Amino acid sequence: MSLNTDMPVRVAAVTQVTDLVKRFRFERLDGHPMPFFSGGAHVVVSMNDNGLLRRNPYSLMSNPDDNSAYEISVLRVPNSRGGSIFMHEQVRPGDQLTVSQPVNLFAPDHRGRKHILIAGGIGITPFIAMMEQFSRDNIAFELHYAIRSRSHGAYWQQLLDRYGPRRIKIYVDEEKTFIPVAEIADNQPLGTHLYVCGPAGMIDGVLMTGLKAGWPKENLHSERFLAPPAGLPFQVFLERSNIHMTVGEHQSILEAAEAHGCDAPYMCRGGACGQCETEVLSCDGTLQHNDIYLSDEEKASGKKVMICVSRFKGQQLVLQL
Amino acid sequence: MLVQGIKSRPEYKGLDIDPHAKRHLFVLEGEGAQALIDEVGAKGRDFLAKSEILYLAAGAAPKAYDVTLSALSPDVFWQASTLQPLLFRLRACLEQARMGTRLSIAGTEGFIGQIMQVAIEYGIDYHSIHTEHRGSMARRVQCVHCKGITDNVTTSPFPCSHCGLPLLVRDHYSRRLGAFQGVNIDAEEPGTAPEPEEMFP
Repeated sequence: MSLNTDMPVRVAAVTQVTDLVKRFRFERLDGHPMPFFSGGAHVVVSMNDNGLLRRNPYSLMSNPDDNSAYEISVLRVPNSRGGSIFMHEQVRPGDQLTVSQPVNLFAPDHRGRKHILIAGGIGITPFIAMMEQFSRDNIAFELHYAIRSRSHGAYWQQLLDRYGPRRIKIYVDEEKTFIPVAEIADNQPLGTHLYVCGPAGMIDGVLMTGLKAGWPKENLHSERFLAPPAGLPFQVFLERSNIHMTVGEHQSILEAAEAHGCDAPYMCRGGACGQCETEVLSCDGTLQHNDIYLSDEEKASGKKVMICVSRFKGQQLVLQL
Repeated sequence: MLVQGIKSRPEYKGLDIDPHAKRHLFVLEGEGAQALIDEVGAKGRDFLAKSEILYLAAGAAPKAYDVTLSALSPDVFWQASTLQPLLFRLRACLEQARMGTRLSIAGTEGFIGQIMQVAIEYGIDYHSIHTEHRGSMARRVQCVHCKGITDNVTTSPFPCSHCGLPLLVRDHYSRRLGAFQGVNIDAEEPGTAPEPEEMFP
């Protein structure tokens, strides 16, 4: 959605954190300070990969107090659509990229009296910024962080050093230690909130365990960015822009629209925020809803679609865009 | 006279037992007792063994709901004589409660609002509190001019019990205060306020 607020940035540093994780530090080209953000926020990073525009959301992991730069950490995902590979292989210090304004869809509930953070793998990133804020504000928190092995896990040692073993608990697959979610949910003071970020299966498991322990859904929070799934190409007509286009196998409707010069609204590009909700004018076929934003009734009605992740199977789809 | 269609007007969706809850805290006032009795009729008695009931009979004392409630044999039944000791006990309960405890409130709006005020201080999201409005429609209203709160307001306009201004009752509700907002109705021409109309019997 370019409200024309995207910020051109220079890559100030690239740090290899583990075999598969790199940290990137971005400073504004115009020398101005970065906007302040709140723990849990993300930015969308735009990359120009040989003329192909890639836009991926990444959680901000630097200190929210520090407006001199933003930092993100990127896990190299081999069989992905290419954004993480581009970041790992192409991006060097001194390069220029564009980042969006920060958006927070995973903010801590400040009415809570205690906060439990549950992270799996690279899902640690939003919590690093959140913990800075909790620590600064003297708010009770604890982190339960599951990693595959001590060599693959990012930042666990730094977090232990910074916050101590009472607040930071590390669980290692390789050592057969696992997060005891049911026990954690079982004995917490009223007003505790729980946040989970990690692989989809982990998020579902943790949320289900919380509900079964009698927690209200209002106290259970999660963030998952869905990568747009691949699928067969299909035809879309954008009515207001008067554009006939084909959405490719590895493209989302949003990406195809952008490639055709249509400036569609978006924020998270991961099916979570609702910003790219688009009205369906006619649909000769089946919508494949892949988002976690629309309710089941809305999905069944076929009148709306989240164009960042959802696909279509059939003859022709006409969108009000 | 009433100003309606304001979003902050609370909705009371009715008691609803969460089958996964480890403990239930029912805070009931007057006719609100019947809300729980009806829920037991609909859902069975199983949840009573892990339930604590705090009850304030108020205007419904002649109906002896306290006898019916204690005959349900909940884990704890406790009755207050006035609101103050009930709020004190509520704080003690919430201070010790663990996650998995679900709060339910039934009674008049003013009562529900004041219980929620306390619950919110303990970090409970108000969406997760089950509420049911029973009994009088009377409102608890804050005068936006002198900030005094008047309980059991049944008419609009009504004279502020603190500063005496005739106040129009609006649906504008403050969760922080647990009260509706009352605004002077004849500020431009004092003395021209319409007759009070019985709105909240």
